[in-house]
Amino acid sequence: MTQIEEVGLEKFKHLVSERALTGETMLLNMGPQHPSTHGVLRLLLELDGEIVVNCIPDIGYLHTGIEKNMEAKTYQKAEVMTDRLDYMNTMGNNLAYVMAVEKLVDLDVPVRAQGLRVILTELQRIASHLVWLGTSGLDLAAMSMFLYCFREREQILDIFELVSGQRMMTTYFRPGGVWRDVPVEFEKAVRDFIKIFPKRIDEYEALLTKNPLFLDRMLGLGILDSATALSYGVTGPTLRASGVDWDLRKVRPYCGYEQYDFNVPVLTEGDTYARYLVRIQELRESLKIVEQALNKLPLGPVRSDNRKFVPPPRSEIGVSMESLIHHFKLWTEGFPAPKASIYSAVESPRGELALMLEGDGGPKPLRVHLRTPSFDNLGVLPQIVKGHLVADLVAILASIDIVLGDIDR
Amino acid sequence: MDKKLEPIVKAAQEKFSATYEEFRDEVHLFVKPEQIIEALVLMRDEHNFELLSALTATDYWPQETPRFHVIYQLTSLAKNLSVQIRVPINGSSPKVPTATGVFGSANWRERELLDMFGIEVEGHPDPRRILMPEETEGHPLRKDFPLGYEEPQFTFNFDDIDLRKLYAKE
Repeated sequence: MTQIEEVGLEKFKHLVSERALTGETMLLNMGPQHPSTHGVLRLLLELDGEIVVNCIPDIGYLHTGIEKNMEAKTYQKAEVMTDRLDYMNTMGNNLAYVMAVEKLVDLDVPVRAQGLRVILTELQRIASHLVWLGTSGLDLAAMSMFLYCFREREQILDIFELVSGQRMMTTYFRPGGVWRDVPVEFEKAVRDFIKIFPKRIDEYEALLTKNPLFLDRMLGLGILDSATALSYGVTGPTLRASGVDWDLRKVRPYCGYEQYDFNVPVLTEGDTYARYLVRIQELRESLKIVEQALNKLPLGPVRSDNRKFVPPPRSEIGVSMESLIHHFKLWTEGFPAPKASIYSAVESPRGELALMLEGDGGPKPLRVHLRTPSFDNLGVLPQIVKGHLVADLVAILASIDIVLGDIDR
Repeated sequence: MDKKLEPIVKAAQEKFSATYEEFRDEVHLFVKPEQIIEALVLMRDEHNFELLSALTATDYWPQETPRFHVIYQLTSLAKNLSVQIRVPINGSSPKVPTATGVFGSANWRERELLDMFGIEVEGHPDPRRILMPEETEGHPLRKDFPLGYEEPQFTFNFDDIDLRKLYAKE
């Protein structure tokens, strides 16, 4: 077996206080196999009794080299890697990727595909917030929340299975549209969910929002002011709970978000309770968007008919020589993208998810950089946990909603 | 180019004799490594670019001068604008000054730069690797680093494989 090296204090001397060097404070390792770290995050804590003096996050346990792998694949084939990035937001990752490719090669998307993309990413946002609500409830010993939230999430995953054949790793959005049109059962499944879900949010709120035990654990904890949040690149609900009104769906609408009527919940307190409230309200807003998008969903093609980038339908291949050639070229060689770089961002459940995509004139990207929101959101953690109890650290960590697959890439 | 961005680009051109490129309405400003901190401070304080959205690099190997572009993606919330600043640096002892004093998020992003590209960040308060294990040799996102794969280790061949593994050489 590999020799295990003892880690001395020398390595972290510049990160801990002087009291740690004299042994007055204690260094405690939390994770990477700790259930409250929501994945494989290791935190090195410097503790004075039960008070956190310093917190040093150690990440990379889930690093899988997704950026490097994507650079070795053609634009179409690289998409499957994005599902594995933030596994709570697979549809959103697909959307960020296909939008970046479409921007790079200048490809139009039919209106129906745009509508489907909005419905599915908003459902995904709800599913992601449900996992967050369930697991952060679990961290505070509210066991039943976890069971209720996963019940509703299952309904959303069933819809994903219906449209893509997969519950989680969907790869349903493709450059130029979506994989194929939704089945006829889709509308009823989404309508059922829209009908049932508002009552369920009321139930969650009845359990938590005014619950005195919950308030005791949440209020005034881990306060993040807007200046620190911006300096550390924090985005998404965490930033909006600190009083900054910044939602890419509103300020830089994509996929036709400008035609839907929804609010961006913003609170100014910046504590864990504010972050909880923002996300709970986002559940309702996302549901509003899903309903409007479903009502407006037009009929028509779900894929661009630009054959240079989008494979022809199967039915055409048997009768058209050109289609056969296009199909063959696209799946063997891929399509070329210009020698240029673009930056394309979408609002994921955790914040600004962006791709910096650079082409080199060939069918494979020269550089793919994934700007993942959790990475920066976790970066601010050491700033907001100082002076809190270890038990509260768990609540604060849960409230910034990290996904380690998103951080480590 | 966005009309609101024009005076900002012009100011940068005059102050840093920067060049710029435009593609699909995105503006890339090119500045020299020694000017980058000044440029970031100017952007943040005078033009309201409060958010450093991304900090990364691109490797143009086998091209050596410049081999890397270090990329700073800035977002202005007040004006709803984006601009990208690129710093071309050469392949032999690549170096940029640290931006941790300007943006807090630069701390981890620059550690990633060091880890993935081996670009030295001068004056960084915590220059450790961030994602890869500390014993790793080489910098994975460089173009001359092979993609490779890892052999799965089982109990019967654990030690054999360990001997030829990249990171277990102590």
